[in-house]
Amino acid sequence: MSWWQELISNPVIQQKFPEATLETVYMVGISGILTGLLGVPLGLLLHASSTGGLTPNRPVNAVVGFVANIIRSMPFLILMIALIPFTRLVVGTTLQWQAAVVPLTIGAVPFYARLVETAVRDVNPGKVEAARVMGATRLNIVRHVLLREALPALVSSYTVTVIALLGYSAMAGVIGAGGLGALAISYGYQRFDNGVMFACVVVLVVLVVVVQAVGDHLARRLDHR
Amino acid sequence: MSAPRIQISGLRKVYGSGDRAVVALDGVDLAVAPGEIHGVVGRSGAGKSTLIRCLTLLERPTSGSVVVDGVDLSTLSEQRLRTARRAIGLVFQHVNLLDSRTIAANVAYPLEIAGVGRSERRRRAAELLDLVGLGDRADAYPAQLSGGQRQRVGIARALAAEPAVLLCDEPTSALDGETTRQILALVRELRDRLGISVIVITHEMAVVRQVCDTVTLLDGGRVAQHGAVRDVVADHGSRLARELIPVPELPVGAERSLLEVSFDDARTPVREVLAVLAGLGAGVQVAAGAVEQIAGRGVGRFQLDVPAAERDQVTTALRAAGLTTTEATR
Repeated sequence: MSWWQELISNPVIQQKFPEATLETVYMVGISGILTGLLGVPLGLLLHASSTGGLTPNRPVNAVVGFVANIIRSMPFLILMIALIPFTRLVVGTTLQWQAAVVPLTIGAVPFYARLVETAVRDVNPGKVEAARVMGATRLNIVRHVLLREALPALVSSYTVTVIALLGYSAMAGVIGAGGLGALAISYGYQRFDNGVMFACVVVLVVLVVVVQAVGDHLARRLDHR
Repeated sequence: MSAPRIQISGLRKVYGSGDRAVVALDGVDLAVAPGEIHGVVGRSGAGKSTLIRCLTLLERPTSGSVVVDGVDLSTLSEQRLRTARRAIGLVFQHVNLLDSRTIAANVAYPLEIAGVGRSERRRRAAELLDLVGLGDRADAYPAQLSGGQRQRVGIARALAAEPAVLLCDEPTSALDGETTRQILALVRELRDRLGISVIVITHEMAVVRQVCDTVTLLDGGRVAQHGAVRDVVADHGSRLARELIPVPELPVGAERSLLEVSFDDARTPVREVLAVLAGLGAGVQVAAGAVEQIAGRGVGRFQLDVPAAERDQVTTALRAAGLTTTEATR
């Protein structure tokens, strides 16, 4: 029997592998969408409230920035465990991929928000000034200048964030979230099943490569500089 | 004289307060008539940038008024200001186009903000791009254009909302000489065609020589000199006359004096000036000289290196010939 036949006839791979892959995709997909939806406004808030922003507000900036820094400074494994009571409150359980969405999102939002803040800060202030002189409202400036001009950078940093989420999702597997991480730990590591380990690694690599390629392509399409 | 398009009175801008207060503008008065191109010159730190920011109300003046087309911008609320700003089209040194939009969409952006409909925006953008000579590049992105072309787009965009005044902030300082000439020629042509008033803020005297009708020299936040370009260049020894007709700085030998002579060919044609200089005798040397065409006439300065003993005699001869002369300060 060749190694390939051995791999695909492995009962773990036949029965658990497709499901685990889907769980990883769901967990990363849903938390990725939530991260995008929450991270962009939060990043904009960080930028707009900073000195020299559209509506400078020191207290808001300090509080939001502080919370973001606290969450970002915590190792994900610890954040996840610390959030267990909160997760139970929101989802009703702390098992399955659905539960993992909560810590994954909370962990990734501040990360992405900081990247959004940086991307928006890099938009040449002259462009904002030009729009102001033309009579643009703050909303005009946010939509047409800040977000639109930063879009290629927003997409690139979103790609980075989703890939980080893939890494976190494997960690979430350790405490019962399922997915490829859980499979790799319980079969590949604890039962010395190298075939399962290998399959998990390959699929994760493929996922990362695909996400990166799609992100790069989109960013390039949007960038007219 | 018709009422000025722009009237700035007693404009003061102070940054900070108390001991650390910095006075950027200290009572500036300035008026620009319809269809006039006015240059504002001065060194870095003279208050040029602050003046632009106060004119567009990007900064609120500490005191004084900015009246554009009869409306005092300095008294308006932020909301009213948004509409009133459309009376001013601003052209930036670094153009500041939106990289994510085609140049037609950039030109149309002020109209989009003003709530003009899509088809009207497209029509106006095409018209404006034709006006600045870029009609065939409507679908290009800013990154695909040269610096001079980008500045043309910047000018088209500034004109989109049909402003009364075109305000140009160092419009050619990032451009090479030939492109500078083309952009300035365009500004002049637009003024002739649209009757728009123009303020050009610049540190380049060449810009004043080429396009301006009137000029203001700012120094330390105050107006140091102002007037029609043809009058200030004829004002012998004045700062603007010196800077508009530059001659090199020269060392003077012992027992010699440097005399500065200026002329205006409306009174004394250049060939007569040269004849007078030639007749001054062997001891007199022309150390430096410049003749410029400014505001449609020839004006010039010469520096004469004269033996100290002959100074008074030479001065008398020059004055008799209708030339203005003084001893150059060294």
